[in-house]
Amino acid sequence: MDASPSASSPLIALVGNPNCGKTALFNILTGSRQKVANYAGVTVERKEGSLLTPSGLRVRILDLPGAYSLDPLTPDERVTADVLLGRRSGETQPDFVVCVTDATNLRQNLRLVLSLKRLGLPMVVALNMSDIARRKGIAIDAARLSVELGVPVVETVGVKTSGVAPLIEVLDSIPAPPAARHSVTWRTPTAADIQHDQDEVRRILSVVGGDALDGVTFSDRVDAVALHPLFGPVILAVILFLVFQAVFAWAQVPMDAIKSGVGVFGEWLGAALPASLLKDLLINGVLAGVGSVLVFLPQIIILFVFILVLEDSGYLPRAAFLLDRVMGSVGLSGRAFIPLLSSFACAIPGIMATRTIQNPRDRLATIMIAPLMTCSARLPVYALIIGAFIPRRTVWGGLELQGVVLFALYILGVASAMGVAFVLKRGHGSRFQALMLELPAYHWPNLRNLVIGLWQRVEIFMSRVGTIILALMVILWALSSFPAPPSGATGPAIQYSIAGHVGSWLAVLFAPIGFNWQISIALVPGLAAREVAVGALGTVYALSATGNDVSGALTPLIAQSWSLPTALSLLAWYVFAPQCLSTLATVKRETNSWKYPLIMAGYMFALAYVGSFITYRIALSLS
Amino acid sequence: MQPGEIRLADLKPGTTARVVSVSAEDAAAPAEVGRRLAELGFLPGEAVRIVARGFMARAPIAVRIGTGTFALRLFEAACVRVCPERPQPL
Repeated sequence: MDASPSASSPLIALVGNPNCGKTALFNILTGSRQKVANYAGVTVERKEGSLLTPSGLRVRILDLPGAYSLDPLTPDERVTADVLLGRRSGETQPDFVVCVTDATNLRQNLRLVLSLKRLGLPMVVALNMSDIARRKGIAIDAARLSVELGVPVVETVGVKTSGVAPLIEVLDSIPAPPAARHSVTWRTPTAADIQHDQDEVRRILSVVGGDALDGVTFSDRVDAVALHPLFGPVILAVILFLVFQAVFAWAQVPMDAIKSGVGVFGEWLGAALPASLLKDLLINGVLAGVGSVLVFLPQIIILFVFILVLEDSGYLPRAAFLLDRVMGSVGLSGRAFIPLLSSFACAIPGIMATRTIQNPRDRLATIMIAPLMTCSARLPVYALIIGAFIPRRTVWGGLELQGVVLFALYILGVASAMGVAFVLKRGHGSRFQALMLELPAYHWPNLRNLVIGLWQRVEIFMSRVGTIILALMVILWALSSFPAPPSGATGPAIQYSIAGHVGSWLAVLFAPIGFNWQISIALVPGLAAREVAVGALGTVYALSATGNDVSGALTPLIAQSWSLPTALSLLAWYVFAPQCLSTLATVKRETNSWKYPLIMAGYMFALAYVGSFITYRIALSLS
Repeated sequence: MQPGEIRLADLKPGTTARVVSVSAEDAAAPAEVGRRLAELGFLPGEAVRIVARGFMARAPIAVRIGTGTFALRLFEAACVRVCPERPQPL
């Protein structure tokens, strides 16, 4: 028995309209034996798995992106059409097609079946969600449908193991792949072809049944409230508040636990190992790097639990519907809201969450502005500077001035993000940007799909993003540690390292925006993550304090040695600057190219420099 | 326009209508809008009903077409002309 799939195993493609339950069917057929990657050259997700049929046949199963038609409009649909037509380089043409249909929505789904049939590939039609159809009183004569279509038809329930048995039976007896590829016949359908297909669908439905029109469905009753002009936005606001609260607050405990766990392990390692360069590399390079990867996990898991549940239940497109006008005013999709909201906690889960935005240009615009949302890593820096420079007093009848400044920094981030989005989307015909978003019937989320989906996100983050972050952390450690200070050196060790030298050059560049050499040096290791700058400042000012005490010891020091314009300039810098390599690594992974992280770093540094320059000059002229 | 024919966006929520024609109304709208609407099922003779409208400027519009539901922006809905099953109350 062949245990692992090989290139000679038959390749079976799952094809279907979006929202037909195809991915649930794929999950139950392949279980955890899935490989998630991207199709070459595009950011469309490629999911392949394998299945061992009862007779011992190992087949490969490819979950093609959902498509309404084989005449593609979106990158997702282009992949599906190209793979089926055998014209996508690097992909073999499938040997067999499973066309997945939503049995409750055959009127829409059968047109794709007719197009697929014309391709001439061997196929079977899966009447999925047949349990829901039956419960709704939709009776479909599957045998008759098979006769009318001229291909086998099986009923499936994509969320139950027993529900896929008839399909597996079909897959068990598929013919061996022929030596020669199938030759497919294809011509782009005209409007008349589509109309002709629909006439055929109507004829078929009239003989097999299964056409329940006009009834007020369960989803309609939910939508009467969920899309209500008043209750709809209120419900959405409550859900978004919950998501924000969860990512921001609930993640804090596990994040602190990971931080202190890594810290305790580092201390133990520090005590156990003799002082050496290797020990320094292990503790301050590798361990600190691993810690900085792990610390994002709680936020990513919590956010994706929410997103997967909202998506699986069918609520996510409704949220996009409600927010379409608001987000559309700056040229973004309504779906951009959840990624942007999560970015207030951390841009990394936020950027990963942009996968729910189908339009690639909308998705890219959302990725580009996500790091401008004030993430939680900015707070230690803001707290340090505000604590040292903004007096504790109340203004405008009871408002705390320090709080007002913090709020203004949040607003500045949001406003600049909206501005950047507007510029990015200008000239892309935003007036006629398509929505055409399907609002699928509501479903109870399925636990198996939730767990598999969550695991895939965690795996992508740990294996692909994590390795880049770890490598960058070790490189930064090396830059901050070498060369070692000469004997008899009086300054802090970092001053003599490469990072120190880079910092002194940067000091020249940063002089016009009011940064002294200490700030300039601290910004180099501070590239790793925003809050690292606080610790780095402590190192540069040669403080003996560690951990949380650094901030306390620094406050009076910087209050004394920096001018107010310098402090305000640094605040402005932190609103814009991409001082977070992990974010850039995530963008690299999500866009599958170095181009976009470089553009992001470029525009954000430019904004930061200009913003700080203006802030510094205005503050100087006023003081 | 035939008698009784109206734009989809003018259909009263909850009233069932039949699609009469689908075409890119605004010459500046991309041609694929009409094609995509047809591929989603907006085809002459199909039953449509407005399920909900957005809370800002009554847009976008959630439309039941056949057995599916789609959210359309106003310029998309403008491409679809429908004929109500019963005359609409004014």
